[in-house]
Amino acid sequence: MFHHTHAPGAAPARRRRAAAGLGAVAVSVGLALAGCSLTGGDGAGESSEDGGGGLLRVVTHDSFSLSEDLIAQFESDSGYTLEFSAPGDGGALVNQLILTSDAPLGDVAFGVDNSFASRAIDAGVFEPYTPGNLPASAEQYLADDAGSLTPIDVGDVCLNVDHTWFAEHGIAEPATLEDLLAPEYEGLTVVSNPATSSPGLAFLLATVGAFGEDGWVDYWSQLAANGLKVVQGWSDAYSVDFSGSSGQGAYPIVLSYSTSPAFEVAEGADAAPTGALLDTCFRQVEYAGVLAGAENPEGARAFIDFLLSAGVQADIPGQMYVYPVDDSIDLPESWTAFAPLAPEPFEVATEEIDANRDAWIETWTDTVIG
Amino acid sequence: MSGHARPATRRPGGRAGTLRWGGALAWVTAGAIPLVFLGVFFAWPVATLVGRGFVTDGALDLSGFAEVFARPRTWRIIRLTLVQALLGTAGSVLLGLPGAYVLYRRTFRGRALVRAFVTVPFVLPTVVVGVAFRSLLTEGGPLGFLGLDGTFTAIVLALVFFNYTVVVRTVGGLWERLDPRTEQAARALGAPPWRAFLTVTLPALTPAIVSAASVVFLFCATAFGVVMVLGGTRYGTIETEIWVQTTQFLDLRTAAVLSVVQLVVVGISLALFSRARARRERALDLQGARRDERAAQRLRLWDGRRPGGDLFPTMVTSAVVGALLALPLGNLLVRSLRTPDGWGLGNYAALGTTGGDNALTVPVWEAAANSLRIAVDATLLAVLMGTLVALVVSRRPRNPVGRRAVWWLDAVFMLPLGVSAVTVGFGFLITLNHPPLDLRSSAILIPIAQAVVAIPLVVRTVLPVLRAIDPHLREAAGVLGAAPWRVLLTVDGPFLIRSLGLAIGFAFAVSLGEFGATSFLSRPDRPTLPVVIFRLIGQPGPENYGMALAASVVLALLTATIMGVAERLRREGAGEF
Repeated sequence: MFHHTHAPGAAPARRRRAAAGLGAVAVSVGLALAGCSLTGGDGAGESSEDGGGGLLRVVTHDSFSLSEDLIAQFESDSGYTLEFSAPGDGGALVNQLILTSDAPLGDVAFGVDNSFASRAIDAGVFEPYTPGNLPASAEQYLADDAGSLTPIDVGDVCLNVDHTWFAEHGIAEPATLEDLLAPEYEGLTVVSNPATSSPGLAFLLATVGAFGEDGWVDYWSQLAANGLKVVQGWSDAYSVDFSGSSGQGAYPIVLSYSTSPAFEVAEGADAAPTGALLDTCFRQVEYAGVLAGAENPEGARAFIDFLLSAGVQADIPGQMYVYPVDDSIDLPESWTAFAPLAPEPFEVATEEIDANRDAWIETWTDTVIG
Repeated sequence: MSGHARPATRRPGGRAGTLRWGGALAWVTAGAIPLVFLGVFFAWPVATLVGRGFVTDGALDLSGFAEVFARPRTWRIIRLTLVQALLGTAGSVLLGLPGAYVLYRRTFRGRALVRAFVTVPFVLPTVVVGVAFRSLLTEGGPLGFLGLDGTFTAIVLALVFFNYTVVVRTVGGLWERLDPRTEQAARALGAPPWRAFLTVTLPALTPAIVSAASVVFLFCATAFGVVMVLGGTRYGTIETEIWVQTTQFLDLRTAAVLSVVQLVVVGISLALFSRARARRERALDLQGARRDERAAQRLRLWDGRRPGGDLFPTMVTSAVVGALLALPLGNLLVRSLRTPDGWGLGNYAALGTTGGDNALTVPVWEAAANSLRIAVDATLLAVLMGTLVALVVSRRPRNPVGRRAVWWLDAVFMLPLGVSAVTVGFGFLITLNHPPLDLRSSAILIPIAQAVVAIPLVVRTVLPVLRAIDPHLREAAGVLGAAPWRVLLTVDGPFLIRSLGLAIGFAFAVSLGEFGATSFLSRPDRPTLPVVIFRLIGQPGPENYGMALAASVVLALLTATIMGVAERLRREGAGEF
């Protein structure tokens, strides 16, 4: 083993290196102090400056979005300062609200949907509130009689087809759930997993609504036998496997939303290259609710009123790709042409969903994946 | 007064005693600071969430174990987790060794570029890698004919894709400073190249290999996004199952049992790795030669007309870099240039906007700026804590208690790699919610969460270098009268600083790419780059898809640049030492 000895010039060289390394550290520290850091920067923790009415903390899922000027308008009208947090997708949101019910994450929550609503209500997460401006068209979507949750928007999860693909292959498009079992549609359908994706769960519920408690398992085993492809999430199915999206995959039938075709229309075109099968849909309803134990319950109620106001309701389609719960609101033009709601979506009662959801998903997993 | 009354012989002993105690106290403090940090921001949240799974109506209830282990699915998941982690680790090490040789022991034009390039996969958000891989492998994709979509092979390939750089860098970092004269001596004594490698170089590299393998194994065993996207629905791991049970079913009992299983798996593998490392560890001859004797020589593919010793490693490395790494990344790049109106930079121009139909709350560039700021904080925290840990762990205390303490400190700081981001994220929400630590909506929580994940990497980057310092150097300095702090500064200091550039680069890269914990803590008005990419890819419309891919390319370039700079800082010194 060699024990090396230092060359005469080593000590100054080492110092030079030390200087270079220390320089690197100094640069990082300097960057942090000079405001390139989040905490040292332009006031990230600016929770103290409010408009007089106090802080109003809104908890949403990660697809929440509203126009900035509407939010600014609400803040200046009400005097509240809004602070948003979005701790995950819809399912994760509900579970976090339940876990933190003793020290709520905020004052008001938006984005709980009808497949998870009962779980949250049963856990006592929400303080009932019925807004004065609740539109008549929203009443059919109320989650319980107490008014724990206020319906804000609705959307349909439906199978989408690639018109171009079917035209090119000279095959008639399917229309119903039963059609998918026909031999000519073998190996053409891709859906997402109900255990890991919200549209996947909605589609499972659609089949429960369509074939009943006794029939849906049989339907899925036939569907699986007909070459069904299951992937983990919506983006995976739609962006990679669907032939009608930018991914240009191999499957012309995909599980998505009734509004998706509107986004595939090329600029200036008057026809959509894809379409939703309106007889295969399940309706998702998104709710807002005042969190029990909120520090600012008054603000929370004002925020729910705000969500039902005409301005926000009209903003919802363009921001979140779902329909306003208020049916008197005019929809964007492309929606009336390419993204209609299903006339008669399949339905399953909220309590029934909550009582059976986990068991259904387990049965589904055993049936389809094995 | 008492000076001459005391026997002269006791004076030095007394001073040394005080010094030793003072030194011990300093070391304990140095270890305590990161421990408290880890305790508050990792152990407490995780223990609280897991604890909830074992408490029913206020009483301890461990029946969850029997229940969960009675399910055949549980055993299948555990088996799959181990098999994919072992294969992913083996693949990364076997392919990474030639890579470390070619990229750190040999010089060639464009080496810095290739070095930066191999780092890119490591920090890409998994959702992007998933799409890049799947669009390559899916039926109808460029490599669809291989039939790998949704297979176990695809998962293992993606794991190697991610972790290749960990092996290349960790092993390469040590290899380039190995004194070449030992191997040269073996060669001079008549050993053929393979023999000199097996008997001289490989044993010397073993600490770094084991160190890299342990990190890679942890990454593979806890891989989440890759398995979710590429595994289709057939291949679940402990990690994905914890995610499903926590976020979708709120079955904290099952999640808690699985978390314990995961900790046990991680704990056992860490202990095994640590033993393998300890057996192999010894002081190495770090390159102390002058410039003209530097280890890195020009790459020589041909030895006259016969294949040279460099040909095989170069071929392996070219295949890995050119196919396994470049194909998915190239696919990503090509697709990012495809817009609804044909080929062009439209997707990149759109990064200044909030996406098609306002898919985002802030323009992508703003999210990139947020990411950079957060990364500065996370890097400072991780490098500070990680360096303290590495310094303490690199000591070899004489008494067994001290040795044991050092061993535990080392092991404990690896744990963040072995605990699910969901458990950490949810744990934060239910623990850091009371004053004085009501940090749930505070911006500092994101860099803290990222630092917790980055610390093990900093430790593993710095530690092998510190451990390889010949202890005689420290002893000699001590004997020559240098005070302990001076020994630290003059002996450890230069080695430490040399490895710090890489550690900073790694911490920065981890922070830039971290998605799991960040997604639970991020605020919509200040999203990070991976969060907006995830969001863009989750929206319909070709503009958003294109922007997601363009943003991923930006993230990849950002990371490669930062790693390139970190590399440069290090190299400047390396030649002079």
